[in-house]
Amino acid sequence: MTDQTQKQVLLELKDYSITFKTPDGDVKAVSNMNLTVRRGERIAIVGESGSGKSQTFLGIMGLLAKNGQTSGQALLEGRDVLSLKPRELDKVRGKDMAMVFQDPMTALNPSLKISRQLTEQLEIHRGFTARAASVEALDMLKRVGIPDPDRRFNLYPHELSGGMRQRIVIAMALLTKPKLLIADEPTTALDVTIQAQILDLFNDLTAEMNTALLMITHDLGVVAGLADRVAVMYAGRIVEEAPVDELFEKPAHPYTAALHAAIPRPDQDVDDLVVIPGRPPNLQHLPKGCNFSPRCPKVEDDCIDRPPQLETLAPQHCAACFHPFPRREELLTHA
Amino acid sequence: MLSYAFRRLLSTIPVLWIAVTACFFVLRLAPGGPFDGERSLPPAILQNLAAHYNLDKPLIQQYLYYVGDLLRGDLGPSFSSEDFNVAQQIMIGLPYTFTLGMTAFALAIIIGVAVGCLGALYQNKMPDYVLGAMILVGVVFPNFLIAPILQLVFGIQLAWLPVGGWGDGSLKYLVLPVVVMALPHAGRISRITRGSMIEVMNQNFIRTAKAKGIGPRLTVMRHALKPAMMPVVSYLGPAASYLLTGSLVVESIFGLPGIGRYFINAALNRDYGMVLGTVIFYMVLIVFLNLIVDIAYAWLDPKVRNR
Repeated sequence: MTDQTQKQVLLELKDYSITFKTPDGDVKAVSNMNLTVRRGERIAIVGESGSGKSQTFLGIMGLLAKNGQTSGQALLEGRDVLSLKPRELDKVRGKDMAMVFQDPMTALNPSLKISRQLTEQLEIHRGFTARAASVEALDMLKRVGIPDPDRRFNLYPHELSGGMRQRIVIAMALLTKPKLLIADEPTTALDVTIQAQILDLFNDLTAEMNTALLMITHDLGVVAGLADRVAVMYAGRIVEEAPVDELFEKPAHPYTAALHAAIPRPDQDVDDLVVIPGRPPNLQHLPKGCNFSPRCPKVEDDCIDRPPQLETLAPQHCAACFHPFPRREELLTHA
Repeated sequence: MLSYAFRRLLSTIPVLWIAVTACFFVLRLAPGGPFDGERSLPPAILQNLAAHYNLDKPLIQQYLYYVGDLLRGDLGPSFSSEDFNVAQQIMIGLPYTFTLGMTAFALAIIIGVAVGCLGALYQNKMPDYVLGAMILVGVVFPNFLIAPILQLVFGIQLAWLPVGGWGDGSLKYLVLPVVVMALPHAGRISRITRGSMIEVMNQNFIRTAKAKGIGPRLTVMRHALKPAMMPVVSYLGPAASYLLTGSLVVESIFGLPGIGRYFINAALNRDYGMVLGTVIFYMVLIVFLNLIVDIAYAWLDPKVRNR
């Protein structure tokens, strides 16, 4: 079809679930998720807090809290990273897949110099000498737009601003030229003016290195300029997945449509901000039918009765809804 | 950094002065004097002794004499020993006390940090419980109980180690007193290390280190240990001064010739010069050790350096 589908598959999630054991019983944070990421592709994962979007990828990186348990498969170049032993996993993470975290203020070690924190994975994963690793790390600092990198290389994290630190974290993740970069809300903690710069940086560098980018965000605005494809998550499930233009123009799932309507517009009065009524369901007591049914404006009897599965509506566009918004061409044929 | 250290040193001068003054007058308030003994001395001799040591002068004048000597670096004479003055007596006992204290200090850190880290990394698992229970023994039993037990078991029953004394100063004479001195501190250090390590291992930057795939050994040794040592270091200052000075009980149980013994004897004999001398020596030591702790803090936490 398009060149997107012909590209080689990099990461494939198959029937992937995450369960947390708690004193009150098991909580299924991610349920039976399927997702395919191709080389160099940029995918945005969108959802509210608690939708399981961060946990999904912490699980792949082997960074879940101790009471978290994954099931299913996460195939990175055909190898299931979920079944790797800790030692084998350490040969993959930081090398083939890397992660940028939300809060640059706490993601860096306050007691180690920037230089130490940048060079160590080159020494370990690529067998660089200390000198070669420094040269490489300095070069990367230039590429992420750190002015005067030679001086900043020997500073401690607290001597740098938030935006600067996030650039360091990005440099850190990209140093080993990973095939997959997971970015967990990388701009949420930053000023709006810095946000745009950081997003551009992701765009440029991942394109340059042909690194696949998984951008986790709750901000549809971030998605528009950055991603090729968007997966919308709700209560631990993907409810809609589509190319970015299509998702914005023809959202099929009522939740996606509601998220879309909730993006504030400059001409809007504060009192007129659109909100989605209700709140995400308690993961321990999920509704019998569609997870979104208690909040859905289009809810009908079958929605409450049984959960909808992801159905393909158009090439590369699928949604888990019994009553999706009709596509424009369908509207035309009905009329 | 250097000016910071200098300012810290200057600020200790009034502290030392207040301590010396308080100590001087409190000692004189205590009943009895240096020359009261079982056998009373003829009044003429007492008169001569008092004149020799300026004890016949008004108290305030004695105080001024003492402080004056002190400013010239003279700790004064010992009232019970004509052959050695206070400074000389301290210097005789110091090598023994110092060797014991430093060895116990090092042992306490090594055992405490190692046990604490293991406890944190195996939190609420078998090694954590076993080590925790063993350490508890060291903390709750006082040294005057542990010391005789160890002497009985290792000195008499098994006859592996000498029961006491300094001997030729070789390692086997050091083992028991050092272990007895180190145990309670090792226990406390391990509890502090464990708690701090658990907290640090849950920090975001440890997650970053794990995500980099540098392996568990480097994650702990390079990324977690340094920040986790902060609360331990603040305990080490007092612990070091305690170990270098507070070995009185252990020194007497094992019959070791350290300065702890001088201090006890001096206090019992109202040897004013000797008591004041040891107190001042301890205070200077504590001030110095706290300064080292502050410097170590600056090394562990770069944020402190910029202040």
